[in-house]
Amino acid sequence: MNFLNYIIRRLLLLIVVLIGVTLIIFALLSLFTPEQRASAFIRDIKQLEHIDSIIKTYGLDRPIFVQYFNWLREIFRGNFGWSTTVSRPAIEAFKNFLPNTVELALFSAPFIILGGIWLGSVSAVHHDKPIDHFTRFLSIVGWSLPTFWFGLVLLMVFYGYFRGLFPPEILGYKAQVFVESGEFVRYTRINTIDALLNGRFWIFVDAIRHLVLPVITLTTIQIALVMRIMRSSMLESLGKGYVLTARAKGAAPRTVIRKHARRNALIPVITVSGWLFAQLMGGVVITETIFNRKGLGWWWAKAATQLDIPAVLMAVLFNGALFVVINLIVDLLYAYIDPRVRLR
Amino acid sequence: MIFLKKRRIVLDFEQHPRLKEFKFSFSKILRNPLSLIGLSLIFLFLMIALFTPLIAVPEKPEEPFRIPHEGYSVVPKPPSPGHPFGTTTKQYDIFYGVIWGTRTAFRIGFMVVGSILVIGLVVGSISGYFGGIIDEIIMRITDIFMALPLLILAMAIVTALGRSLDNIMKSLIIVGWPIYARTIRGSILTIREEDFVRAAQAQGAGTLRVIFKHVLPNAIYPVLILASLDIGAMVLTAAALSFLGLGAQEGYADWGQMVSLARNYIVGPQGQPFLYWYVVTIPGLFILFFVLGWNLLGDALRDIFDPRLRRK
Repeated sequence: MNFLNYIIRRLLLLIVVLIGVTLIIFALLSLFTPEQRASAFIRDIKQLEHIDSIIKTYGLDRPIFVQYFNWLREIFRGNFGWSTTVSRPAIEAFKNFLPNTVELALFSAPFIILGGIWLGSVSAVHHDKPIDHFTRFLSIVGWSLPTFWFGLVLLMVFYGYFRGLFPPEILGYKAQVFVESGEFVRYTRINTIDALLNGRFWIFVDAIRHLVLPVITLTTIQIALVMRIMRSSMLESLGKGYVLTARAKGAAPRTVIRKHARRNALIPVITVSGWLFAQLMGGVVITETIFNRKGLGWWWAKAATQLDIPAVLMAVLFNGALFVVINLIVDLLYAYIDPRVRLR
Repeated sequence: MIFLKKRRIVLDFEQHPRLKEFKFSFSKILRNPLSLIGLSLIFLFLMIALFTPLIAVPEKPEEPFRIPHEGYSVVPKPPSPGHPFGTTTKQYDIFYGVIWGTRTAFRIGFMVVGSILVIGLVVGSISGYFGGIIDEIIMRITDIFMALPLLILAMAIVTALGRSLDNIMKSLIIVGWPIYARTIRGSILTIREEDFVRAAQAQGAGTLRVIFKHVLPNAIYPVLILASLDIGAMVLTAAALSFLGLGAQEGYADWGQMVSLARNYIVGPQGQPFLYWYVVTIPGLFILFFVLGWNLLGDALRDIFDPRLRRK
């Protein structure tokens, strides 16, 4: 019962956060002209002609709070506005772009998290030895790489030099045509998974080839995040009494590291992994733009630079929800894994 | 030296605990190879920024940040005696651009992080020291900022304010301050309860004196480490925004924009894939090394000041 209470309380927080993030956006919106804001209420391209009547109907020249409630009302009716950058309703664009972002997140998160855990523990075990300095240096170099530049250099090598080995975008032309034809059932709209479900192995391979460079980019840059948390938490746990006890009892060094030190050191990694996953799902703006992968980040980057307000509001709502839900999952995982943490 | 040491003030100086701590930290920085590399990189860029007009002599001294260009040919030209790093599209000289771009990078890094630091210190101190309803409001605002997609928000702010480098800096300040306010509040909360603060208060020290003399000097380390890491991060984000076309107008000495200019010349013609390697590689390496310098330093500082690892 206590447990259920906790979850309900946290989901109530979700509403508070969503109201908060949208209020901040509306405060910024008050800087724009009523015409620019009218687009947030348009459902169909034909309505663009009646922009004056839209300004009247929704009271866009009225105080910002009145407008905020009007906008909320529209949201509850399921009208998220018209996204001018992609010329379709924002909610439809969202459903269309989400699978591509999820696919990239699903493929890069394991590399980043497992790689980071491994590098971090190697680094901690060899604290202040050359191997520690070396792995830390490499991860900091990765962290310092400008995403947009690194992506371009990868394209120069793997698309230019290796003659289109790992191309940009999501699918090759042939695969794209086939995916959109009637023969291919789109269960999840995630290409790699759908290809396997359809038993079309060549489409799976094609999708993977398009995924390689974005995954390399994200892994190289983000791995430092997990590695640094793992390293410091491993260093702390290596200094703990139970590790000393295990060593004193004559346990093999490998066992001590694996069973005693690493397991406890993994706990803080959960938090950073949750945060990382929220980042990956919330739209990886630069990576998607460079490789022309049409996902949420690609759409929102375009939207933000063209003041496509319905799309930006969508970005804010989705990221806010993601933030709260992933934090909740992380907390529940903590309680499950670590008996010292009790839910109150 | 001997006569100096006889003076009481010097002896006091040497024994001052804060200075002793500083000396201890500094010796640790000098013994760590990673932070040494970081420091040397920063020093190198600092030298470039100091002697910029001598390294790359501006043709028009009144607007030195405009990269000179000969003609309007879009095809980049490889390095030659006149252009040591070659020219990018529209014949902008890459060498001139990256050298003057160093000053742009320092300006972005220092202005953005400096402003955020000041805002964060003021807001965080108010929040942490006074507590109560003010604290509650400020912390809920920072909570909400944590849930925002900051890069997308920054992009929208720049677009709304108008595309320019100054507006990129403003947008980064708007999205960047909450985490500083939070960090400072956190460390102030722990230090506020320490005995030496109570003692100062009991002796009748004023609020401002307690904050500035006793609380802040002890609470500032975590945020200074954050700041040193953020100079790199902010320059990186600003470069990304510039790259997306939100920065200064074309031809301004800015690394992000120079990578953006190279965009159409990533892959060379058939058979010569690396024909235009210099166009994208050189400005990118400048960004990388600049950011790397600050990150290495910040990372080492974080380890050095980590109370769990200190003096082990």
